[in-house]
This record gives sequence, structure tokens and C-alpha cells, in this order.
Amino acid sequence: MDRLLFLLATGLARGAVFALFALALVLIWRAARVVNFAQGAMAVVATYVAFAVTGLTGSYWIGLASALVAGGLMGLIVERGVMRFAGHASPLSGVIIAIGVVMVLQSLLGIAFGPNARPMEAPFPETPIVIGGVPVLSPYDLFVLIVAVGVMALLAVLFTRTPLGLQLRASAFAPEVSRLLGVRVARMVTAGWVLASAVGALAALLLVPTELGLNPHSADMLFVSAFTVAVVGGLDSPPGALVGGLGVGVLISLVTGYLGATVAPIAVLVLLVAVLLVRPGGLFSATEARTA
Amino acid sequence: MSHEPQRSVAATRSAPKRTAPTRTVAAIAAASALLVAMSACSTPGAVNDPAEAAPGVTDDTVTIGTHQPLTGPAAAGYSSISAATTAYFAYVNENGGVNGREIEYLVKDDGYNPATTQTVVRELVQDDEVFAILNGLGTPTHTSVLDYLNQNEVPDLFVASGSTSWNQPEKYPWTFGFNADYVTEAEALAQYADDEFAGKSVCVLGQDDDFGDEFIEGLENVLGEGSLASVQRYSVSNQDVVAQIGAMQAAGCEVNMLATVNGFTALAIGTAAKLGYRAQWMSSSSGGDAVTLAGFLGDAAPMLLEGFVTTNYLPYAPGNEWDDLFRQINDEYNDGAPFDGNTVFGMSVGYLFAEALAKAGDEPTRQGIVDAIQSGDLVGNGLVPLSFSGDSHAAYKGVSITTVVDGVQDFIGVTYVSDGSGGVESFDGEAVALENDGLPTS
Amino acid sequence: MNAPTTLTTGIRVTRGGKRPLGRLLVTALVLTVVAIGATFLLDPYRNYQFALIAATFCATAGLTLLIGLTGQLSLGHAALMAAGGYGYALAANALTEAGIDGVPRFVLSLAAAVAASGLLGLLLGLAAARLRGPYLSGVTLVLVIALPAFTAVFSGVFRGDQGVQIAYDGVPEALRTLIAVEQWQAWVAIMVAAVAVTWLAALRNGTAGLRMRAVRDDETAARLQGVRAGRVKVLAFTVSSITAGAGGAVLCFVTQSVSPGAYTLAFSLLLVVAVVIGGLGSLAGAFLGSIVIVMLPWLIQTATGALDLSADAAQRLTGNLPVLVFGVLLIVVTAAWPGGIRGALPKRMPRPAPEPRTSSAAAPIPTTTER
Repeated sequence: MDRLLFLLATGLARGAVFALFALALVLIWRAARVVNFAQGAMAVVATYVAFAVTGLTGSYWIGLASALVAGGLMGLIVERGVMRFAGHASPLSGVIIAIGVVMVLQSLLGIAFGPNARPMEAPFPETPIVIGGVPVLSPYDLFVLIVAVGVMALLAVLFTRTPLGLQLRASAFAPEVSRLLGVRVARMVTAGWVLASAVGALAALLLVPTELGLNPHSADMLFVSAFTVAVVGGLDSPPGALVGGLGVGVLISLVTGYLGATVAPIAVLVLLVAVLLVRPGGLFSATEARTA
Repeated sequence: MSHEPQRSVAATRSAPKRTAPTRTVAAIAAASALLVAMSACSTPGAVNDPAEAAPGVTDDTVTIGTHQPLTGPAAAGYSSISAATTAYFAYVNENGGVNGREIEYLVKDDGYNPATTQTVVRELVQDDEVFAILNGLGTPTHTSVLDYLNQNEVPDLFVASGSTSWNQPEKYPWTFGFNADYVTEAEALAQYADDEFAGKSVCVLGQDDDFGDEFIEGLENVLGEGSLASVQRYSVSNQDVVAQIGAMQAAGCEVNMLATVNGFTALAIGTAAKLGYRAQWMSSSSGGDAVTLAGFLGDAAPMLLEGFVTTNYLPYAPGNEWDDLFRQINDEYNDGAPFDGNTVFGMSVGYLFAEALAKAGDEPTRQGIVDAIQSGDLVGNGLVPLSFSGDSHAAYKGVSITTVVDGVQDFIGVTYVSDGSGGVESFDGEAVALENDGLPTS
Repeated sequence: MNAPTTLTTGIRVTRGGKRPLGRLLVTALVLTVVAIGATFLLDPYRNYQFALIAATFCATAGLTLLIGLTGQLSLGHAALMAAGGYGYALAANALTEAGIDGVPRFVLSLAAAVAASGLLGLLLGLAAARLRGPYLSGVTLVLVIALPAFTAVFSGVFRGDQGVQIAYDGVPEALRTLIAVEQWQAWVAIMVAAVAVTWLAALRNGTAGLRMRAVRDDETAARLQGVRAGRVKVLAFTVSSITAGAGGAVLCFVTQSVSPGAYTLAFSLLLVVAVVIGGLGSLAGAFLGSIVIVMLPWLIQTATGALDLSADAAQRLTGNLPVLVFGVLLIVVTAAWPGGIRGALPKRMPRPAPEPRTSSAAAPIPTTTER
């Protein structure tokens, strides 16, 4: 029982990061109908910026702010710089260009910084608080959970309660009509990219201190897990990202704890196939068969 | 979809529209032309003509090659080895080479991907016509070229991995290992734990491949089957070992053995610290370099690594004469790169090759260098004697224990060698002394 | 005429089916002979590279048709190649133990390879038929990621990270004096690729190809015309898996080993790079793309080796520079040059203008089909 609690808590903390990153994928999917395969690499670039800024100023918080800014900028650059050229007629070209962006960013990071992992410090202690003899969550895990849930709540408010959110949703779902109504659709798409990339950067920044250290491939597995989460939850659905994220996080933790680390990727594959066979559009898909 | 009667009609009608085959032919012809243009030489004739000099050997050079992970996720921590070997060869060449020949060392990046290893090793053997492959790194990568090198009778010297696969003289007569193998290493660590921490509960965290399997085998050889309180495995693709460390903590493990690479040794120790879990950590030398670990662990390293136990079979210790020489070479020929266990490893490999080449005589041949190594005349620079012979292609069958005291990793004077029957015995012979400034002579 | 013309053309295609097949076989035979002839001009290492290209071509040819003709983006073709490789290796080892060797062993093992990859492809295809765009990509992506886990969990069979090694297949007795082993391996690779690609070309030119394009362009319209869209997608996925498996088997035959580390996500993405820069849907493009992904890393490594760089700089450049070039190529080709290399080759006949429905990424595919 103690062990179950411990694994659940660990899984939730990791799942919150998956959820946040998956949310970034969902945001871009809703804005531009593209799965941003470059999200991980873009987030790692932003994390390098945070690493450098924290190194210079000594402040984690200035580093965090700079990661958000750098993430947003990456979104702007990638969307305006290359994604604009993806043929809108085909959903494939966007994906393929994004894969190209991954290769470019990772190789540039590799050339600039080499393969070695750089340790990143967490801003809060990572020693777990013990409740009833069971180590549950560390202050840092709590911080991650609070930030993840907080950011998701903020985004929910943004999308449902503000004019900007309305325009973002309108241009995603009905670009032609929105344009007729005076919404600057192209600008909204860019806004979606900037927002999503900043959220993705935040997720990577939260994850790296719990891993080996910062290197050009730091977010590879984060992307794969979060993409699975987004697909399981439904690419259109922010609540799906949250539920899927926590679910996948807990699943990986439980499988690793009870069956072994080796089995975890297989469990993720089984979950993905099982969900998609029942609901091809993900758990929270609005329509059964929505054409991309 | 193909059985149709009216084909003649269709034939006449569709004739002018057929563009694809023409373009396919054009494309493939263009490609063939490209291939032809690249082919510089024709198919070479029979190999091993005894009258000719051995491949890769000229009057003033010997060219050898290696495959190393310089890029990709596995590169961290390993890319400094070949740089150190190269620096050592530069030092030898500056001092007249070996038997008047300079050593040229071609380093190819395989990104720790077996498919790339196969390609670059063929390139080294067929295109660059190297004399030998030296210190190919990694178990899965090198396994993929083991058959190829032996079929082509290319000396495959001093493989950088502790797998026991390299020591199969009957099956692979051209292959020789370098590292003390994982089984011997684990036996020595288990023996040390048994002597030093008697009665404490021993556990293991191992990589989910042959590294972990062989290490666990060695531990059980000494401690007895089923004596490990908890056996945990990790996969390199998942940088989260909280579940495993948590299980070890829950099982009450007091002495934790690690069959981990450097990154995961750091991860295990760091994760345990975060869980507020204190234990005695003992790691395979593959993941036990304190300098590298400190790089991963950051500011907390001195506190976390205090008392950390690992093994080594090479003279990497402050004040050792070999260590001093290697530091000097590192400053002069390697741009003063960070000096760590990998540097000593790389230079020791270079030294052993230079020694073998010197012993292979004035006209070295591929068979000649293999004979020189099997003769048992090589001494190397290890803490235990080399065990090369006609029946053994393993280099070191023993290790010495090191601990970290006040932030310094050093030997404690406890050395074990394999007793050949699933255990180890204490060794109190002398380590190999430095001679002739580390320049081998025949 | 163009791809999306109404399906009434489908009937005419069936009528004209056999004759282009004859033509195709002649073309295939000529090209195979040319390729085999070319091996005489190459030294052993170039022949080895040629064999790698041919093996890669098996996979990229299937992939280019899958993406180009049905719009299904698979990021998991490396896993399908691995399935073929393991099928080949395990069968070859079993046959060796049973005392069978030489050509029969090769043929039987190859059959086992395509059976293994075909079965996996069929299962994936059944799932894929229900999925759209990114959902399918997601499943195939996770499949590649899970490959090392499969080999580790079932390490009794797949031997974990180290993979499976097989006995060495030398040059047949009759040819031993004539050619070196690398040249023989290149011949085998070329012949397997020739059979696989000819089969693909025949499918593409026939009714199956037309149905695939119809489903890609407008699934609803295709269904209305009586095309069973699900079946078409499953067929496409299975076919491309079979050729990928054949490619994996050839790689295993050439290198005498198969291991999970060789079939990474990076390699899977490289296959996508090859078909994109070659031109989606084009078999010749897939061949050119295969040359690029096999040769470019080698060319760049040779070039950086020739430059007088510091050890550290050379180390950082060697592995990363090819990835950078591939990334840039992928972006530039997709954004600015959708036809790929294939589209840029000189053409004898004016190509039909792309019709509005066909996306930039799925350029019209010229075929021998009478349409």
C-alpha cells in the first residue's frame, strides 16, 4: 500500500509535466492543424537560454522568465519563418517541416554545446515530505503540480473568457468565416504558436532538473510521452491533455514500479493502441471522425 | 487486376503517355553514373599476399582505426577516450614513433548505433585499409562487427567494453578485450562488501542488458544465489529511476551495487539523496569515474560521493608516475582537456597498442601483432598483470578497489584477481612501473 | 489525365492492366542488369554502400507509395524493417541448425522476414484504417520507441541490445573466383530490391494504385464509388511493410546481424527524409533519396576529415552536420520544391499541372497507367 501511494505520487508529478507539454501540442493543433514535432527541440532551446540566464544572474526566476520569452520567440520564428511555407492543403507537409526543424535545432545545439549533460538545479528541495511514514511529494513536485494546473486554468480562462480567446478559437475552427468577420486569422495562428511554445518551454524547464541534465536530446522522451498523451486525450481537447497526462504519468510509474522499467514503453504502446481502437479520435474527441 | 483480354487495344492507345519508365531510367542511370564516378579503384585482388607489406603499414607509418560514440545521446562521457588515445600517439610520434613508424589513428563516429558501426568499420578496413581496429567502444556496437573483423582476419584489439564476449580465442582468434570483465569486477566488489560490510543487506541496480546480467552473475558467484535483497533494472531510454530507488529503499538495502553507466550512477545517487535515502554505493568502473559523476551531480557532488566505492585496474591515482606522465601528455597534446578516468583509459589503450606493435617486430604483420599479444610478453601499465595468452584474450582479470575520501578518488590497497572458479582472491603483487617515459621499446 | 478524375477511369485501367505490366518487367530487367553491371566498377566498400542503398530502397519505395498514394504518414518504418531483420535472422539461425544453407536458406529466411513484417504491417494497417493523420503517426512513433523494450523483455528470443547474429553467407561456389563477397551481397540486395520495387510499381500502376489515390483525395467520394476505403488503406500499409521487411532482411544478410540500436527513431525519420527529398509517391525519387541518406553522412564525414579542424570541433561537426543538412533539405524541399529531386529531373513529356485537391506534399504521380 505504501509502495502504491509512493508510485502514484511520483507518477502524478511526472504526469503533470506531460500534461503541460501535451497542452502545448493541443494548442498548436487547434490553432494550425499541425502536430508540432519540433515542440521538444524548441523547448530545449528555450531551456538552454534559461540555463545561461540563471548562470549569469544566479536567479532561477529570471531564468524561468527568459525561458518563457525564448519559448514564445521560438514559436514566432518557427511559425513565421518556416511553417508559413507548409502547404495548407496537406496536413503532411506541416509535420514533415516540423521534423526538419527538429533536426536543424538539435544538430545546431549539438554543434554549439556538445553532447554533455549540464546539471540544472531545482529551485525547491527535492526531498519528499513524509506523510504517515510514506514519502509522498517533494516541495519541487508540488511546485510543478501547482504551476502545471495553474497554467492550465489560466489558459482555460483565456480561451473561454477573453476576446482574444474567442478570436483564437474562432480562427481555429472556422478560419474563413472568422476572416469575413474581421478576425486576423494569420495573426491568431501566430499567437497560438507563441503561446504554445512558451507553455512547452515551461514544461521542459520543469522536467530537466529531475533528469540527468540538460543536453540537446533532453526533451526527446518528453515529446514522445506528451504526444502519446495528446493522442490518447484527443488532439482537440485541453481537458484530454490534462487527464491523459496524469494517466500516462501514473501508468509509467506503476508499470516501472511493479513490472520493471523495461516494460514501460510497451505499456504506453498498448494503452495508445487500446484507446485508439475504441475511440480513434482520442478519449475526449468532440466528433468521431474529424478530418484533419 | 491484371488478367484482361483487350491488351493490344490498350497498348496502342496508351503508348505516347508513358513517361515514367523513361524518367525512371534517366534517374537511375544518373545515379549509376554518380556511383561509377565515385569508384576510385577497381575490385582488389586476393588479400594477404605474404610478399607485400601488411595493410596499413608503410615504411614510416602504421594506420589503425576505431569506432567511438562522438555524437548522439550516448556520446556524453565517452568522446574523451579517443581524444586521449590520439594525444598519446602524438606523444609517441613526436618521440620517433614505434620502430621508426608513426602511428596514425583514424577515429570514426558511430553514434553508438550498431548500423553505423558496421558501416564505419568496413570503411576503415576496406577504404582506409587500416592495419588493425583498436579499442572499438560498446558491447552492442562492437558485437555487430565481431564476425566481420574475424572473417577478414583484421586484428581487433583491446575492445572498450567489459563484456566476456571478447575472450573467445577459439571462435574469435583476432579479437582481444581490454576492460576487466563485468563478472570479475562484480566478484571483486562483492568480496569487498562481504569483508568490509559483513551482515548488511546487499542490493543491485543494473542496466537491462548484458552489462547488468553479467554483473549480477558475478555478485551471485560470491554472495550466493538469491542473496541479493532486491534486484532492480533500468533502461537507458528512461531517465527516471525513482521507482527503482524507491523499491531499494523500501527493501531496506544498505549496500547498493550499481551496474550503471556514469549518467545513471549519478542519477541513482542523486535520486536516493532526493528521497532522503542513505546507503553505501558501489559501482562498476564503467560508471564510477568521480570526476565525470561530479559533472552530473553539480554542487552537491562532494557530499553525495563521499565514501563511494568503485574499482579500477589502471593507474589513475594522484601522485602515481603513470598518472603524472599522462597529465603531462594531456596538457601538451590534448589542449589540456579535463583529466579524468577516461583520459587514463584512452592513454593506457594507446600504450598497450604501442607496446604490442613494438613487440611485433620491424616488419609488423597482422598475424605478427596477434602472436606478440598471445606470447604473454606484454606488460601494459595495469595494477594487475595482463592475462593475455593463447588461451586467454582477456586483458585484466583483476581489479583494485578505490574509494572517494575528502573528494579524492584513490586506491586503498585492496586488489583482487579472479581465481578462475567463480571467485576472487587477494593480489599483493606490484603494479607495473613506468619505464622509458612511457615509450615502449622492442 | 490526372489522379482525381472520376473513378469511371478505374474500369479502363482494369482493361489496360496487363500490357503495361510487360513493359514494366522489361524496364525492371534492364535496370537490374545495369545495376548489377555497375557493381563491377565499384570497389568492395562502394559495393557495400550500394547494398545498403538497395536495402534502404526496399523500405523507402514502400514508404513513398504509402505516404504519396494514401496519405498515411508512418514514422515507424524502421520498426517494420527491424521486424524483417529479426524474421530473417531467427529463421536463418533455425535453418542453419537444421543443416540447410546457401540459397535455400536465404530464400526461406527472406520469406520468414516478409511474413513477419507483413503480419506486423497488417495489424498496424488494421489500426491505421481507423485512424487519421497524426493519430496514425503517433502509433507508429511509439512503436519505434518501444522496439528496444520488446527486444529486452523477450531477450530470450531477440537477445536484447546485442541483437541476433547469423552465420556468414559467402559467395556461391560457382562465382567465387569471379567476384568478392561485397559484390555478391550487392547483387543479392539489388535483386531483392528489384523484385520488391517491381511489385510496388505494378500495384501502383494497377487498380489498387488508383483506388489508393482515390481514397487519399476524397475518401467519401471514393466510398460512394464503391471503393472499400478501409481495405485499401490496410492493403497499402501491409504492402509497404512487406517491402520494408525485405529491406531489413537484406540489411541483416549483408551485415550478419540485427539489433534494436540500428532501428532507431532517427533512422525512421531518415526514411521519411529520403522519400520527401526524392519526391513523395515517386519510386525513382525514393531511390535517389536512399542514395542521399546513405551517402551524405559519409561524404560530410570525409569532408570534415579533410578540413584541418581541432579535435573538439571535428567531433561536434561529424555527427551533427549531416543531421543539419537533412533538416534543412527537408524544410526547403517541402516548402519550396515539393516534387523533390524527382520533380526537378528533366522530363520528356510535359507533366500535368497539379490539380487543386492534390496537396503540395503529395505531388501528382506520373504512371504508366492508361487513364
